[in-house]
Amino acid sequence: MRVVLSNSAGMPLYQQVKEQVGTAILSGELAEGTVLPSVRALARDLRISVITTTRAYAELAAEGFIATVPGKGAYVLPLDSALVREQLLREVEAGLQSALDAARRAGLRRDDLIQILDGLIQADQQERTYQ
Amino acid sequence: MNSHLAFALRGVSTAVGNKFALHDVSFELPTGYVMGLMGANGAGKTTIIRCLLGMRQVDSGEIELLGHRVPGPVALRQDIGVVLDHAFLVGDWRLTEVERTLRPFYDRWDGACYRELLDEFGLDLRAKVKDLSRGMSMKLMIAAALSHRARLLVFDEPTSGLDPVTRDELVGIVGDFLIDEGHSVLFSTHIASDLDRIGDYLTLIHDGRIVRTGTKDEVLEAYRVVRGGPDDLNEFVGVQLIGVRRTSAGAQALVRTEEAGLLGGDVVVEAPTLEEIAIHIGARVPRREPDSFMSTGRIA
Repeated sequence: MRVVLSNSAGMPLYQQVKEQVGTAILSGELAEGTVLPSVRALARDLRISVITTTRAYAELAAEGFIATVPGKGAYVLPLDSALVREQLLREVEAGLQSALDAARRAGLRRDDLIQILDGLIQADQQERTYQ
Repeated sequence: MNSHLAFALRGVSTAVGNKFALHDVSFELPTGYVMGLMGANGAGKTTIIRCLLGMRQVDSGEIELLGHRVPGPVALRQDIGVVLDHAFLVGDWRLTEVERTLRPFYDRWDGACYRELLDEFGLDLRAKVKDLSRGMSMKLMIAAALSHRARLLVFDEPTSGLDPVTRDELVGIVGDFLIDEGHSVLFSTHIASDLDRIGDYLTLIHDGRIVRTGTKDEVLEAYRVVRGGPDDLNEFVGVQLIGVRRTSAGAQALVRTEEAGLLGGDVVVEAPTLEEIAIHIGARVPRREPDSFMSTGRIA
């Protein structure tokens, strides 16, 4: 498991831990059944307080990413497909939104945008058939 | 007695001479966590630690320590490791003699553990106590505490006088100690230090009184630091300016979070760092002399 904390991220430490572990689970980097370090071992290794790691794990558990076993540790739960889908949808929306922002600055119209998207989809399909 | 508490002080008051006293001091630490006891020099940190350890009597109030009422049974000392700001060992002893002297006092003394820890901490068994640096003698006291299987470590000003490398090692040692959820740590400090990051709970003390106690996040959330022009920060009904510092260029103070909204719109309101909280709470009594900051930072 890889967690890299920033002191200047403007985000609480527990949230940094939570998001990085959550992202690793969604990306498959941490597979189902992977045993995570205990809250106390993680606190020691990251040099943060036990309360901080406890809160990160509690929120990951509440959102269905991990299960915690009192006194033992935590392990990664099977990915809920609805959860993954929702996460991916959010990524698509974010990507399209930034495209939209750039398009406005460039003065592109709706038709131009759709044309670009169609072109990208076509190129992507071609790439896949050649593979 | 509450077994899930490492310790608790309830309404403790005690007079130290006729100039200083603890007033109605109450705070507690759940087992398995780290608490920082933060206050300026002379705020009462060491007095609190001495009361907690049964080293001085209290005039009123009650102290609970690892499930016993203080003064507890003699056996209670087996469970506590104390690292004071000065070594209590005889300077001419070699570290082997330190073990021979301490061993009889502790039922669970583990000689192999002692030698392993000294080795890990880079301490030579043949060295004499008086020849150890400050960091080394602290490590020696930690090694002794861990060798008799203490469940509560109490540090008085552990980081003062330590270089950054040794402070960092201390953070690692405390983290290792806390892997066991039956272990707890109390440390006192007058500076916001590296240990703060691993601190779960924080108790602020000023002039013998508890100013605030709770989880570190609760304490940080309880205050805001406010900055404004020279005339922007004025004490009015409902707002208490804590440790206000005025210069010709502006003023800065700490306020309770719920009071920050009552200040005018020209005032900058920000979340404080622990250091800012410590500085303003430590400077609560208005000083008559102008701050040194003022004389050097004055804008002509």
